[in-house]
Amino acid sequence: MSQLRSLRFRITKRFGAKTVLRDFALEVRGRQFVTFLGPSGCGKSTALNIIAGLIPATDGEIWVDGQRIDQQPPEKRGFGMVFQNYALFPHLTVFGNVAFGLTLQRRPAAEIRERVRAMLELVQLPGFEQRYPGQLSGGQQQRVAIARALVLHPRLLLLDEPLSNLDAKLRLEMRAEIKRIHARLGLTCIYVTHDQAEALSLSDWVVVLKDGALMQAGAPAEIHDRPTNVFVADFTGFRNFFPVQVTTVDADGRVDATANGLRIRGRSHHPLGAGAKAVAAIRPDDVQLVPPRAGANTFTGKIEIVEYLGRENEAAVTLEAGPRVWVRTPARLAPGDTVAAVFPEERVIFLPPTPPGDSA
Amino acid sequence: MSPRAVASARPKARRLREPHALDAAAVACLVPSLLYVLVMFVYPFLYGIYSSLRPPQRAGLTLANYVAFFSDEWQYRTVWITFGIAVPNTVIVVGVALLLAYGMRRGIRFERAITTILVLPIALGVILLAEGILGFYGGRGWFNQMLLAAGIINEPLTLTHNYIGVLLSLFMQQFPFCFLMLLGYISGIDPGLENSARTLGAGPFTVFYRVMLPLMAPGIAIAFALVFVMSFGVFPSAILLGQPAGATRTIAIAAYQQAFERYDMSYASAIAVVMGLFQLAGLVVIILLRRRMVTAATMGVGKR
Repeated sequence: MSQLRSLRFRITKRFGAKTVLRDFALEVRGRQFVTFLGPSGCGKSTALNIIAGLIPATDGEIWVDGQRIDQQPPEKRGFGMVFQNYALFPHLTVFGNVAFGLTLQRRPAAEIRERVRAMLELVQLPGFEQRYPGQLSGGQQQRVAIARALVLHPRLLLLDEPLSNLDAKLRLEMRAEIKRIHARLGLTCIYVTHDQAEALSLSDWVVVLKDGALMQAGAPAEIHDRPTNVFVADFTGFRNFFPVQVTTVDADGRVDATANGLRIRGRSHHPLGAGAKAVAAIRPDDVQLVPPRAGANTFTGKIEIVEYLGRENEAAVTLEAGPRVWVRTPARLAPGDTVAAVFPEERVIFLPPTPPGDSA
Repeated sequence: MSPRAVASARPKARRLREPHALDAAAVACLVPSLLYVLVMFVYPFLYGIYSSLRPPQRAGLTLANYVAFFSDEWQYRTVWITFGIAVPNTVIVVGVALLLAYGMRRGIRFERAITTILVLPIALGVILLAEGILGFYGGRGWFNQMLLAAGIINEPLTLTHNYIGVLLSLFMQQFPFCFLMLLGYISGIDPGLENSARTLGAGPFTVFYRVMLPLMAPGIAIAFALVFVMSFGVFPSAILLGQPAGATRTIAIAAYQQAFERYDMSYASAIAVVMGLFQLAGLVVIILLRRRMVTAATMGVGKR
């Protein structure tokens, strides 16, 4: 398999007056699994289509191993692509679909047969050659689509929300499958999704996008544990945000801040000065509920809503000071109970008040 | 998941009820339309066939009218004349409509305005259209005057009252239908298929030939069939813009003359039946060609 060493790009895309991608730049190295993560409309799919050559960029460059490719048509780039709706050719059998690219390359029939067979084995669909796409389930169709792209030994595999059309159980199964194939073949992948769990579990590198601008890029653990702004924090599961004013910051990054009569302590991974505005954030899973008592980072409140989630409950607690806090806990709760919510100091992070780009 | 388990799963049964169970209410609802079809189509159709086999001057059933048609060159050459108009016209109309509709499949600027202009001839009717063509393309029409003024020609071109006039008129009547039908059909094909073919190494032409053509084939075949049948019955255009006594004396004109100039309904019916049979033959050829087209484009990769 021809290996890609590096893909570098810097792209801007405008549709009329609307800027979909604003100077989005990144370098992807060989064998990396990179994910573009963001809500719908953030430009992640547009970026992928521009890399594939299916949409022209308004401005920018794409380089592969020192060669500029942004003027090349998609069929010359040697990238494989897997689409959300599978995009299998309905008039061809599974064999015809997987063999499509090899037939265009005029490979010998015996080689085509062997490579298709091996690839169907890899995606765990052996013996499905004669079926038509209409006779397959969604998961099977997506496996065929992956096989169809991989059989050509692409130097880069682009996946555009490949699991979004599958049901929850199948999604988990296919996620593991993609991970297995990536490891087995040493592929370089760019994966687009709006699902943070998918992004964190699959990737070596996660790129979070919002309104066409890069919000944060980093290893999954970094994105998860150290979001650098409110947007990324919100997207990766922080649900409790408190606009605060910083009172003191010590040398270790421990922050003391106040908001509406709450005194919150936590950590900041960014330089914050005393008196600065900031946002304190904590995940619902990290908040602890205890019988009412006084203490640092401990706030009394009344349980308002309880949502049963199976193993856990998610509850909304209205604090005496006013704000509402979402808590996730296995404890049995009832609306109306008075409790104290404890924010473990090491679980509270302080973020800049506005995300990058929203400098207004 | 075990793929083998899925492989052995049978397609779900679609019918929940007995296939032959008749619902009285459903049948009652069908009666008016069935009656309509019987009275307005089946009966006249069968009567026409019967009448063609029973000339008034002979007793019993006889093929005399058919024999007369096929032994009179003045009559049977109308078949070739009609094919000579219908086949090129069908190929041109479907070909141009296909190219244009394919080019417009992802939408273009001013699409609505263009579509409106293209569709206008449908609303105008054949007679008005014919008058317009006579005026515009006639010996002293704007078209010839423009070419003369531009120095492209020295003598006015003869574009009306001949074969070309009929083709022009048929094209303008049938192109809008055909174009709209194909545009609807082609724009219904998932654009993702084209994109995935591109990423698999197919250039624009290969995408057209290997992916789009097989998927468009049913639509193209229907377009061919409709345009062919319509042009095979060409009548007003052949009279108004052609030479109804000679080069464009189509089979429909022959039938008309038998019926309303010689008042021989039986012979006229026979001509109409012959016309119907040739139209049917044309449809069979189109269906066979369609199969051929799909097999060629998929080059057997679908059937291994």
